[in-house]
Amino acid sequence: MQQGKYRFVTGFLIVPVALYAVFMIWPYLQTFGYSFTDWQGQSQEMGFVGFDNYTALFSDSVFLKALWHNILLLIFLPVATILLALFFAYMVNVGGRGGSGGVRGVAGSGFYKILFFVPHVLSIAILAVLWRAIYRGDVAGLINGVFIKLGLSDPAHPIEWLNEPDLVLWCVAFVLLWWGVGFYLVLFSAAMQSIPREIYEAALLDGSSRTQTFFKVTLPLLWDTVQTAWVYLAILAMDCFALISVMTPGNSYGGGPDHNSEVMATYLMRNFLAFGKSGYACAMGVVILGLTLVLSLVTLRISRRERIEY
Amino acid sequence: MSNTRLIPDTARDAVPVALPPKGAGRRSGGDRRGDTEGRVLNVFSHGFLILWAVMIVLPLFWLLLGSFKTDSEIGASAWSWPSNWNFDAFGRAWDKGIGDYFANTLIVLVFSIPLTMLLGAMAAYVLARYEFRGNRFFYYFFVAGAMFPVYLGLVPLYFLVDMLGMLNTYQGLILVYVAYSLPFTVFFMHAFFRTLPTAIHEAAVIDGASHTRIFFQVMVPMAKPGLLSVGIFNVLGQWNQYILPMTLMQQQSGFDKDRSVLTQGLVLLNQQQGYEGDLPVIFAGMTIAMLPVVVVYLSFQRQVQSGLTAGTLK
Repeated sequence: MQQGKYRFVTGFLIVPVALYAVFMIWPYLQTFGYSFTDWQGQSQEMGFVGFDNYTALFSDSVFLKALWHNILLLIFLPVATILLALFFAYMVNVGGRGGSGGVRGVAGSGFYKILFFVPHVLSIAILAVLWRAIYRGDVAGLINGVFIKLGLSDPAHPIEWLNEPDLVLWCVAFVLLWWGVGFYLVLFSAAMQSIPREIYEAALLDGSSRTQTFFKVTLPLLWDTVQTAWVYLAILAMDCFALISVMTPGNSYGGGPDHNSEVMATYLMRNFLAFGKSGYACAMGVVILGLTLVLSLVTLRISRRERIEY
Repeated sequence: MSNTRLIPDTARDAVPVALPPKGAGRRSGGDRRGDTEGRVLNVFSHGFLILWAVMIVLPLFWLLLGSFKTDSEIGASAWSWPSNWNFDAFGRAWDKGIGDYFANTLIVLVFSIPLTMLLGAMAAYVLARYEFRGNRFFYYFFVAGAMFPVYLGLVPLYFLVDMLGMLNTYQGLILVYVAYSLPFTVFFMHAFFRTLPTAIHEAAVIDGASHTRIFFQVMVPMAKPGLLSVGIFNVLGQWNQYILPMTLMQQQSGFDKDRSVLTQGLVLLNQQQGYEGDLPVIFAGMTIAMLPVVVVYLSFQRQVQSGLTAGTLK
C-alpha cells in the first residue's frame, strides 16, 4: 500500500492545486506587482512607477470619498445587522412566555426563521434591480407608495430616494441590512440552541428578567459567534459593488449622484473597465485587501475575551 | 407569586416552600417587574417580528404582481392591481434574452458544480486522511484563498483569461468558478472527512481495495451529507455570482455570441428596458431568475441554512 501512496496523493492533488494556483493565487500575487506600474492593460508595456499609484490614490478626492463611504458602511452595517439579528434570534429562541416547557421561542418562530432567510438565497444583483424599482422616485415606487399611504410624504412631491445626495448611501445600506438579518438570525439561533437550557432556567429561577438574561447570560455565551459575524459583515461592507453599480445613478457603475454613493469597488471597476487604468485599479485592490486584513485582525484582538466553557 | 408562567412546572412544584425568606422576597418583587416588562416587551417584540416579516414579503409579492401588470399600470401607482392575469410578460422576457441567459447559466453550472465537488472532495480527502510532507502547507494554501476579497485579483484575472483566449467562453467561466469555489469546498470537506470513522477505511484496505477505489466507493458515499451541504452552498453561490461573469463574459465583438449569465443578463435587460419602457418584462425576468432558487431553498430549507451558515465557521 505504501508505495502507491505518494502517487495517489500527487494524482489527487495536482489538478485542484494547479487550477487554484493559476486562476486565484497567481492573479492575487500579480496585483501587487502591477500596482507599482502605470500599466494601461491592453499592451504589455508598462513602466515601474514605485508608490506613485498609492500617493495618487490618497490625493484623489473621489477615492477618498469612496473610502469614507466604505468606512461609514463598515461602522453602521455590522452594528445594525448584529443588533437586529440578535434581538430577533433571542425572540425566536428564548423570548417566548415559557409555558410548561420553560424556555422557548415566541409563537411562529419556525416560520420567522424560514421567512427571514429568504432574501439571503437570492442574488444581490437581482435584488439590486428589484430595489431600484422599489426606490423609484415617483408614486410608482413601493417605498413612496407606502410613505404616501401612511401620510408620511406628500403625493405631489414624492421622495427621489436614489437621487438625494444624503439618502442614497443609506438606501443601499438598508438593502444589505434587509438581506443580511435573516442569515445572522439563523447563525445566532444555532449558537443559542447550543446553550444548555438549564442555564436559562436557573437564571429565571433567580428572578432574572428577560432583558437581564439576555445581557448577562446569552450575550456573553454568544460572543464568539458575534465576533465572526462582525468580520463577515465588515468584509461585506467593503464590497457593495453589485448594489451600488445597479441601483445608483452614474455613468459607468453608478456611484452617483455626484459620487455620493461611491465606494472603492465601483471606483476600482470604473478605472479598470471604463478608463483602462489597470495599474491604478490594482493599487486600489491592494488597499481593499489591506483594510480588510487590518479590520479582521483588530476585531479579533479588541473583542478577545476569555472563552466561556459550558 | 404573580407570575408563575416564567417558571418551569417541575421547578415550581419543588422549590417555593423550601426557599429561604430572603430569596423568596427578592424573587416576588422581581417577578412583578418581570411581568409588566415581559408583557410590554412581548407586544413590542412580536410587533417587530411581524413588521419585519411584512418587509420581506411585501417587496417579493409586489415583484410577483408586477410581472402580471402592464407598463402603464406599473407606472401609475405602487398599489395598482393587474387588470388582466396572463403570462405575456413572462413570454416576452424569455424571448428578449432571459431564456438564453437561463440556458447559459445552466450550461456553466452543469460543468462547474460537479467539477468543483469532485476536485474539492479529492483534495480535501487527501489532505484530511493522508500524512505526507507539505500536507499542512497545502491545507493553508487552500484555506487562505477564502480570506481575500475578489477585487484583489480581478484585474490580472481578466488579462489572464484574455491571454488564454477564454474571455466570453463557457470553459473560461467554468474554470474560474471552480477555482474560486475550491477554498471553501476544501475547508468544509476536510473537516467532514476527518469525522468519518477509520475502521471502514481499514477494512477496505485489508480487502485489497486500491486508494482510488476506497475514495470513490467507500469514502464518497459516506460523505454524502457533507457533499450535499457544500453542494447547495456552491450552487447558490455560483448561480448568484455577478462580479466574475460581469468582468469575464462581455461580448468581444459584434459577432460574438451573448453568453451572459442570468444575473448579468437581468442587469443588462434592466438598462435596456429603462429606455424601451417595458417594465413588466423586468419584473417577469426577476421572477423567473428567483423561482428556482426559492424552490431549492424551500425544499432543502434545513440543508440550505446549515450549508450557508457553515461558511462562517472559521
